[in-house]
Amino acid sequence: MNAERTAITHADPASTPKVSPRVVGPFKAEVRDVNFYYGQFHALKNVSMPFVDKRVTALIGPSGCGKTTLLRCFNRMHDLYPGNRYEGEIILHPDQINIISPKVEPLEMRMRIGMVFQKPNPFSKSIFENVAFGLRLQGETNRRVLADKVEAALKSAAIWDETKDRLQKGARDLSGGQQQRLCIARAIATEPEILLFDEPTSALDPIATSRIEDLIDSLRGRFTILIVTHNLQQAGRIADYTALMYKGELVEMDKTVAMFEKPSFKLTEDYLTGRFG
Amino acid sequence: MSSTADPSTPATQVASLPQRTNVKRRAAKEPLLDRIIELLLFLAGVSSVAITLGIAGTLVFESLAFFREVSLVQFFTDHLWTPLFADPHFGIMPLVSGTLVTTGVALLIALPLGTIIAIYLSEFAPAGLREGIKPLLELLSAVPTVVYGYFALQLVSPLVQKIVPGTPAFNMLSAGIVMGIMIVPYVSSLSEDALRAVPMLLREGAYALGANRLITAVKVVYPAAISGIASAYILGISRAIGETMIVAIAAGTQPNLTLDPREGAATITAFIVQASLGDNPHDSIGYKSIFAAGLVLFLITLSINIFGHWLRKRFREAY
Repeated sequence: MNAERTAITHADPASTPKVSPRVVGPFKAEVRDVNFYYGQFHALKNVSMPFVDKRVTALIGPSGCGKTTLLRCFNRMHDLYPGNRYEGEIILHPDQINIISPKVEPLEMRMRIGMVFQKPNPFSKSIFENVAFGLRLQGETNRRVLADKVEAALKSAAIWDETKDRLQKGARDLSGGQQQRLCIARAIATEPEILLFDEPTSALDPIATSRIEDLIDSLRGRFTILIVTHNLQQAGRIADYTALMYKGELVEMDKTVAMFEKPSFKLTEDYLTGRFG
Repeated sequence: MSSTADPSTPATQVASLPQRTNVKRRAAKEPLLDRIIELLLFLAGVSSVAITLGIAGTLVFESLAFFREVSLVQFFTDHLWTPLFADPHFGIMPLVSGTLVTTGVALLIALPLGTIIAIYLSEFAPAGLREGIKPLLELLSAVPTVVYGYFALQLVSPLVQKIVPGTPAFNMLSAGIVMGIMIVPYVSSLSEDALRAVPMLLREGAYALGANRLITAVKVVYPAAISGIASAYILGISRAIGETMIVAIAAGTQPNLTLDPREGAATITAFIVQASLGDNPHDSIGYKSIFAAGLVLFLITLSINIFGHWLRKRFREAY
């Protein structure tokens, strides 16, 4: 692996930027020299990359490369566990807030940035209350407004038709794919500025997976989306931009089409052709 | 499972053994040992069922003798329970009310306190503190109930009398409060196990929406653990209804049809103790009344357990 890292033949790593010039703004967020530590373990190493506003960016790479770690920096999930440490900046535009600054309140960031997890995790509540949960946390008490927003979120998440007659029924009675779409509805109900997807289809069958992919596709243009995926075809299908990470570092970031057709670095080509990972 | 009913048991192996003479002795022994152990295990399993059936049978049998002399109408409508008096009355309701009131007071203490302790230990306390507090709490349930009874009569009752003037020394309030304290560890320990079994993924889902720890614990983790917590509550209720020593000592032995916890009243269990201690001839109505009271107690706890079983099945969550 180390040999491959140094033997880059496609481009000179010193003169070729990791982030392709094809990745142009407006940016919703910019990661700048981020380092992250789980206790002593250095999980992210000087990662810098932008995320284009209202576009889908896929984070790919082998297990343990740091892609999920980076994703969870955006909503400060690492703050839940002791011994974790951030360095650097993740600037959120347009207000120029550094998301990972200790001065920034994690709860506020989590209200502004939605997340969908690897496995569907609906609460043991009704379908309606699951989607209303984030709205209620933000202080919404008007029943009319809640009902309207829940309906809009369920429609956006393409699950309204299946749930409109059973909104007061338990969310855990839905199928896995429906539960995941419900979790997407829950995440988008509060109109977050960024939506994080952590391998959202890894626990689903192919049909449920393609419905989630269609859904993410339909959310393009409304939300800035970051998706971690193990599935290269999935990245190819839904991501406008793709970033490959390896051993805690960014290897290459480019427009998905450009990167899949002609990667700039040998390491990227090796990963895309299945030679490692 | 009985060993003779199963075709795959060692019986077939034993038949094929004579050819292997050198291992015959050892190999022949093992299947036999297996069969003996299987039989012992079967008997152990059957014994618990048999004992339960035996107890229930005795209760029903002796109660039938009781109900040949006392009508069900009188049993449920008479306002007095004086089976040992010269002028006997056989209304069970004064004992039932005593049981329900002391149990109610105990649950008013034990369920909220036990739940709060469980939520604190599971969701807030650092691991070190939790490991320290849990055994201490469980020590509460190791205190003999006689000690609790005297604690209720000598310490809590005078306090209650100061706060609520005019309360007699024997009152259901003190007994219920102390019984509640006794039950707290039953409720908190099982509830905490149920809360901790809720997967982290669910908590992260709430945190990711901006929920703080309290909202996550109360609105997300608690509902997800409700099946296990219901079991803890049911155990606490059963424990309170069946508790004898505390109520016999602190709530008095006078049957009293009232729902006022400030008064003294005998519970079903307290009556059974009292009547069992006196010498009632075996064929007397006083002796038979013990079994009738016991049957009522048995039916109350049985129905609560069945309700708890239904509750667990209804709300079971699979992760």
